Amino acid sequence: MSEKLNLLVESSPQIHNSDSTASIMWTVTICLLPAGLWGIWIFGSRALFVLVASIAASVLSEALMNYMVKRRTLMDGSAFLTGLLIGYNMPAAVPLYVPVVASIFAIVVVKWMFGGLGGNFMNPALAGRVFVFFSWTSQMTTWTMPRMLKAADTVSGATPLGFLKTGLLDFNGAVSGPAQFLTQQGYPQTVTDGKVMEWINSTFHTHLSGGYYDLFMGNIPGSIGEVSAFLLLLGTIYLFYKKIITWEVPVSYLASFGLLVWIFGGRRYGLSFFSGDILFNIFSGGIILGAFYMATDMVTSPLTRKGMIIFGVGVGFLTFLIRFYGSFPEGVSLAIILMNISVPLIDKYSKTKDSG
Amino acid sequence: MKGLKTFSIGGVHPPGRKYLTDRKEIINAVIPGTFVVPMSQHLGAPSECLVSVGDKVSEGMLIGKSSGFISSNIHSPVPGTVKEIKDIYLPNGMLSKAVVIELEGEFDRLGKEQDAEDWKSFSKEDLLGIIAESGIVGLGGATFPANVKFMVPKGKKVEFLVINGVECEPYLTADHRLMLERADMILEGIRIIAAIVEPERIAIGIEINKPDAIEAMEKAAEKAAFPLEVVPLKIKYPQGDEKQLLKAVTGREVPSGALPIEIGCVVSNVGTVHAVYEAVVLKKPLIERVLTVTGGGIKEPKNLKARIGTPISSLIEECGGFSEVPEKVVVGGPMMGFTIYDLDTPVTKGTSGILALTSKEVKNAARTSCISCGRCVNACPMGLNPTTLFKFIDHGEYDEAEKIGLMDCKECGSCGFICPARIPLIQGMRLGKKMLRKKKVKA
Repeated sequence: MSEKLNLLVESSPQIHNSDSTASIMWTVTICLLPAGLWGIWIFGSRALFVLVASIAASVLSEALMNYMVKRRTLMDGSAFLTGLLIGYNMPAAVPLYVPVVASIFAIVVVKWMFGGLGGNFMNPALAGRVFVFFSWTSQMTTWTMPRMLKAADTVSGATPLGFLKTGLLDFNGAVSGPAQFLTQQGYPQTVTDGKVMEWINSTFHTHLSGGYYDLFMGNIPGSIGEVSAFLLLLGTIYLFYKKIITWEVPVSYLASFGLLVWIFGGRRYGLSFFSGDILFNIFSGGIILGAFYMATDMVTSPLTRKGMIIFGVGVGFLTFLIRFYGSFPEGVSLAIILMNISVPLIDKYSKTKDSG
Repeated sequence: MKGLKTFSIGGVHPPGRKYLTDRKEIINAVIPGTFVVPMSQHLGAPSECLVSVGDKVSEGMLIGKSSGFISSNIHSPVPGTVKEIKDIYLPNGMLSKAVVIELEGEFDRLGKEQDAEDWKSFSKEDLLGIIAESGIVGLGGATFPANVKFMVPKGKKVEFLVINGVECEPYLTADHRLMLERADMILEGIRIIAAIVEPERIAIGIEINKPDAIEAMEKAAEKAAFPLEVVPLKIKYPQGDEKQLLKAVTGREVPSGALPIEIGCVVSNVGTVHAVYEAVVLKKPLIERVLTVTGGGIKEPKNLKARIGTPISSLIEECGGFSEVPEKVVVGGPMMGFTIYDLDTPVTKGTSGILALTSKEVKNAARTSCISCGRCVNACPMGLNPTTLFKFIDHGEYDEAEKIGLMDCKECGSCGFICPARIPLIQGMRLGKKMLRKKKVKA
């Protein structure tokens, strides 16, 4: 052995799993892309500008903070992902300074004031969104109609949930649920939706009203990245396969939320208990995006499986409370943030069991 | 496969890569001209050196004497002359006195047929004496003196003798090949140990990635009508650890800080069992062992029977040298082994493998802050919380770390393997334990 070798000396283990922080962040980003492309397609190039603005602001803020604290974290992908998620949570028509401010707030205040990636105690993207939501509420709730629903005279309209919230305020009639209410009140639906729902009803002998197909595919107004439940779920298949997300948070979230909706959700339509519309409530608003991509954020969710389930149930409960009894139509962001704050407490009381 | 036994908490699945060598027969390694025999090759006190420069030694001659209760004898691997006695660094970073022997003279044993000893008339004490004399230590890697391990304390009864044929470390196939090629001898070794510890039941745990070894052991036991339970186990790291193996095979948990004898069990690795056989039946001290030389950076990976003290460079050369520049050379398995920077480091009793790992196999990545993914928590086979332990240790709060079970950590490497942030968790655990021990000595 005459040749000189440059051998690495390290502590065991000498081999590693292929996942790294950066690979996890970039994988989540890639899995999110289909839903974003859908948003750009249905809301137009304006949506793309919003995404570019939020990502650019987020990445530049990260670069600035890197420069200030002399660390290099740009390539770990977390700032890009935060920017992308902020963009996904914006309406397409929002003035561009709104996503920019949200990104700066998320990266500088929420993330770096607490030590950068890993130190933040709440999801930066959601905190950024909530910050601008309360700052520019009307801009944050003006929704562009998707291209398939755009009539000649309507450029903007309400999201299904927003429509329900206002519509139900002075409603005294009786309908069988939110979907029927929307149909009855003339909420726009695509032609395909009519065909698909008819086929479903005749094949499975159900009596569903129109609108579910549009809701599931994302033919509705809403935030850029949250509308297509279908494409978001498609992305999660790979995340589950790669074990980047585990079932605990999304399942306990959706299950607890669904259970509460089923029990109490029918009351506001003048129905009895145990008659809420779970399907409608899970596919509307930001629940899918929240449950699979935001509540699962590793930094701001508990460490142990037990803790994750407690966390998920908590988010489900709070989402239900805010959505059904709060003054806002949507509660996902606030619910997740509130539970983010209680993660240290959950971790403290969900210790692992020692062997022996 | 459903219904297979394994341990219950944690565990990881590193890529096995055993196919590199699992079909290669064990061959005797080339004997180099110079041997370096460290006096500290086992857990416990270093052996007392019995030779000085210029002394002639013969094959199997005692050159290092056990210097305490937990210590071991060391024998000369070859005939020759003592050229030098110097301090060398062992793979684990410890400094040890070592005897440099230059090959000279004739082999007394090599290539000669040995008479088998009829050991059945020996008493327990005789057998333990032979094992101690022969310098046998646990060959799975822990290198705990075997005679101490087999000494059942008064008033304790051994219900289970569990033989460890798991070899859960990726890459390594030395135990696998031993079971395949020397099942009968292993069985005889088990008989000897059974005569010492008098167990009620005897089992051997083997992971199902070694179906041929499972079959070989079953056949050997059947042929000899020996009541050996061969237990196939699900593949999961670190199943070859004593505590995990016992949980998998017997369903019992070793209490924190206790030894297996507390729950009526004695565990021994197949390599050790084989060494016991050679010592008792062939009267051969522990001067050679089977090890696997492998990894993506080795041209022709092999299973070799090498003499203790052989420089690692000689073995790598025998395997065709490096096929590409390795990122690291590891002594032991990839999960618990140590990196070396000097290829002339010698083979010791605990060397179960030599790996030349390429950067593709190592998969290093940029270290980031902990992202609290919780993977280490789910991977820890002891049910500990590695990330929190690391944070305590990093902040110098060793007592807090001890409170949440630092001393139960066995440094199996599961957490460090799975960590996406590449935090040196095991290094942290070692530091924490060291500081705690230091503190206790002072107090």
